[in-house]
Amino acid sequence: MEELIEQLKVQIIEQLNLEDIEPDDIDPEDPLFGNGLGLDSIDALELIVLLEKEYGIKIENPKDGQKIFFSLKSMAEFITENQKN
Amino acid sequence: MQARIKTYCHIKDNKVYLNGQLHFESEGTLSIKDFLKAVYKHLNLKYTKFYKMDEISKLGFLASEVVLEHANNERFDESGIGVVLSNSQSTLVTDKVHQVSINDSANYYPSPSVFVYTLPNIMIGEISIKHKFRGENAFYIFEHFNTEFISDYINSLFTDQKINACLGGWVDQSAENYEAFVYWTEIDGKTENAPEHTEEQIKRLYEIILK
Repeated sequence: MEELIEQLKVQIIEQLNLEDIEPDDIDPEDPLFGNGLGLDSIDALELIVLLEKEYGIKIENPKDGQKIFFSLKSMAEFITENQKN
Repeated sequence: MQARIKTYCHIKDNKVYLNGQLHFESEGTLSIKDFLKAVYKHLNLKYTKFYKMDEISKLGFLASEVVLEHANNERFDESGIGVVLSNSQSTLVTDKVHQVSINDSANYYPSPSVFVYTLPNIMIGEISIKHKFRGENAFYIFEHFNTEFISDYINSLFTDQKINACLGGWVDQSAENYEAFVYWTEIDGKTENAPEHTEEQIKRLYEIILK
């Protein structure tokens, strides 16, 4: 799980152009949106594309996005669960 | 009352000029991406949304930042500040990046953050969001910088009392080159010594760094 979280940090920084942020700056349990990394609605769409492109996982119900993308940890847990299936 | 051009900025060839004087020059020749990042750092801006913009939006945004730092625009109500820009290439560089991502139906992953920049008036949106400008705005495509059209259009907005101040200019990017000329014009009795907002003066200021 830790390895996956580190990988996600690098992918998110690159995909979302977070040029002032280093992987170590991101706490896996901090919220990605709002007061956390301050991501916006376009970033949310990029995260959906990232999951599909890099991990082959489609989010079937958009309502699940809020829970899946709450934090890096929740994203990693979702990927781990869905890649097992 | 005659509108006047109070301040203007050119960005091209790894250099930034303010009112015709060299304001910033990168060390060595940089790619447009690295050069714009160097300008952002030089201006000491703290606006992380900058990094999410495409290159042409960054170019227009930075030229506007240089101008607005010296425009004293706080004197004007934001609802009366317009933005009228133009170029020859629209957002062709970004359009091509988007096209590459959708060429292969078996590897079809368009990027939402690229797609949103496939319209040139998004640049105006970025500038307006940062400064809360809510006046008239428009982006026009011409083969060359059409100083006659820009002066007539902006002056008509002044005449119709749609705006009291405006950012105008030319922000263009091709695969090989980039160029920005952005100016601030306003109706203000305290700027009598500034050039009048006419086709001739806009053309003169646009060409001033070529001499």
